[in-house]
Amino acid sequence: MPTALKILIAGGFGVGKTTMVGSVSEVAPLETEERITAASVGVDDLAGIERKTSTTVAMDFGRITISPELVLYLFGTPGQDRFWFMWDDLSSGALGAVVLADTRRLDASFASIDFFEARDIPFAVGVNCFDGRREATAEQVRQALDLDPATPVVLCDVRERASSKEVLLAVLDAARRQAESRLATAAGA
Amino acid sequence: MRDPRWLDDEQAGRHVRPYAITGGRTRHSQHHFTLITLIVSRHDHEYEHDHLEPESMAILAMCRDRAVAVAEIAGQLDLPVSVVKVLCGDLLNAELIIVQSPPELSEQPSVELIERVMDGIRQL
Repeated sequence: MPTALKILIAGGFGVGKTTMVGSVSEVAPLETEERITAASVGVDDLAGIERKTSTTVAMDFGRITISPELVLYLFGTPGQDRFWFMWDDLSSGALGAVVLADTRRLDASFASIDFFEARDIPFAVGVNCFDGRREATAEQVRQALDLDPATPVVLCDVRERASSKEVLLAVLDAARRQAESRLATAAGA
Repeated sequence: MRDPRWLDDEQAGRHVRPYAITGGRTRHSQHHFTLITLIVSRHDHEYEHDHLEPESMAILAMCRDRAVAVAEIAGQLDLPVSVVKVLCGDLLNAELIIVQSPPELSEQPSVELIERVMDGIRQL
């Protein structure tokens, strides 16, 4: 029986998450959904009363068989839905995450970056350059997003498998460095 | 002539509300499944399972040849993830499937495991 692992692909709506899943997955991206209940405070509600909101969160995913013993699942998080963060099962136990960014709407990636940083989930930022247009350098994006110097930033075109692979390898490289520093800390203690 | 009071399949949507399949349960009382818990049918049960829901039969059929993740089952059968988890819990109780949970959260991935994944990605 193989072991299953997962990598999340987050980022704003329309930034290319599904395209990325499709470019590396061995199966066509499938969609799955879950109903989650979130406590929310209504914006229009002057009393600020907390209510329960039930919402259906959908995300798509793909599969990469690494070996007979290892299967990697890629989960594209819902783009517009701010409730996916509440779906614990989606975010917990991920090997790492890709934050896909679009230079025209960098602010759409802030929430995901904060989320992964706060949870110590290794991640890389993939700057999706549609039509090969490179409107910013990796360094400019790093500064605009106020990223840790160790966080990889990769300019990519996720329609291309080779390019998506490069982004995944950057995430795994960040995960490896985190695992190595954990070992070093344990050895030093 | 078609009776206008009747909807065809496409207009009618689901015939059964998903949680009716689980008897109203939204989670299983004994078993915990994640999105990437893998399911395999047990081959030694070839007889007909007349007592099972069609959705449970579909899960057994899907997981006969290889290990399939809970998320994949939900995607293919167009069911909410929590419904699939409840059905799989019942199938596990009935000893009709075996399951493989992903590594524990407390068990951080090793450098060696990460490098195996990297090698696999390079070879795509």
